[in-house]
Amino acid sequence: MNGIHDMGGMQGMGPVQHEANEPVFHAEWEGRVFAINAALRAMGRWNLDTWRFRIESLAPVDYLRLTYYDRWLRINEELVAKHGLLAAGSAKAIPALTAAAASQRLGRGVPSSDDPTVKPQFRVGDRVRARNINPVGHTRLPRYARGKVGVVARDHGVYTFPDTNAHLEGEHRQHVYSVRFAARELWGDETARKDSVYIDMWDDYLDHA
Amino acid sequence: MAHDHDHQVVPSDPALRVKALESLLVEKGLVDPAALDVLVDTFENKVGPRNGARVVARAWLDPEYKKRLLEDAPAAIAELGYTSGQGEHMVVLENTPEVHNLVVCTLCSCYPWPVLGLPPVWYKSAAYRSRAVIDPRGVLQEFGTPVGDDVEVRVWDSTAELRYIVLPERPAGTETLSEEELVALVTRNAMVGVAKL
Repeated sequence: MNGIHDMGGMQGMGPVQHEANEPVFHAEWEGRVFAINAALRAMGRWNLDTWRFRIESLAPVDYLRLTYYDRWLRINEELVAKHGLLAAGSAKAIPALTAAAASQRLGRGVPSSDDPTVKPQFRVGDRVRARNINPVGHTRLPRYARGKVGVVARDHGVYTFPDTNAHLEGEHRQHVYSVRFAARELWGDETARKDSVYIDMWDDYLDHA
Repeated sequence: MAHDHDHQVVPSDPALRVKALESLLVEKGLVDPAALDVLVDTFENKVGPRNGARVVARAWLDPEYKKRLLEDAPAAIAELGYTSGQGEHMVVLENTPEVHNLVVCTLCSCYPWPVLGLPPVWYKSAAYRSRAVIDPRGVLQEFGTPVGDDVEVRVWDSTAELRYIVLPERPAGTETLSEEELVALVTRNAMVGVAKL
């Protein structure tokens, strides 16, 4: 989705404000939201891609106005309601994340593999063009890269494809590459000649160029 | 008169909403408050940029470790005992006199939790996410990190599940320092690439 979250290259957002000796959480509730979010996702009713798409689907004005963990709170309230987790009789079937499991849970993340049955469509050194796609669903192909030509710098192995996984349309596992785009290809000739941006891209985001 | 009433469109104080959500989930048996305590404590007190600093100091001191780190970062980082979610697919980017690396997530807030903890507010801000890719030198300047025209700036946009950490250049004059002293020198901002040491 061409949403407000896809910020790379936007202008007018002002200088970067950084705070010295910043705490991990600025209020107790932020820590609780962080933890509730992890505990709820551990139930397996939704995946990280689904979750990201909900954040991206916030009304743009809300996305910009809400603080980071307030966005998380909003999305968890929505997901709890959508999945009827608080409805009568909904509990019990799903065991809660325990304290012991919480530590272990932190040791798990998004699976990848070197599955040899999934063949790469590109090799390191290939010239590739990022597809000009504009899906209304979830995608991790940022707007600023679409239609641009780069070079495959590294093959990172096989990963679930977020564009389908977010909508529970299958994992469509495929290779992910670091693709190097010259800054001038992305932003024009005013940009520093040597500079570049490396973007991680799935097979389905690329064509040979 | 309405100028100070904008807050009324916000549903309510997030602190109250979180309390309500947690109470309801606990009452339903869907969430164990002790598990929430463990999660908060882990990221407030156990996981943070000191982990990354240890990795960097070790790489400065041990060329064999550095080689392993650059070739297979997850395994080399796990050697020091740092494993957790959002860091399974780590990549280490080495800064040199010729190359300066900068890490961003333009689409959300992807960040290498096991070695740096949770990201600071500025890393998640619209200002940083929008500008890091189009004007990295301007952003670096604002962080007090000017980069010369002869240096190549490489920006890494974390759009997939790879997580990036910068291996900063070891400062001159630190040859006699111990690992502990080196760890104390390494900052989070240097490992994101917005600062030099």
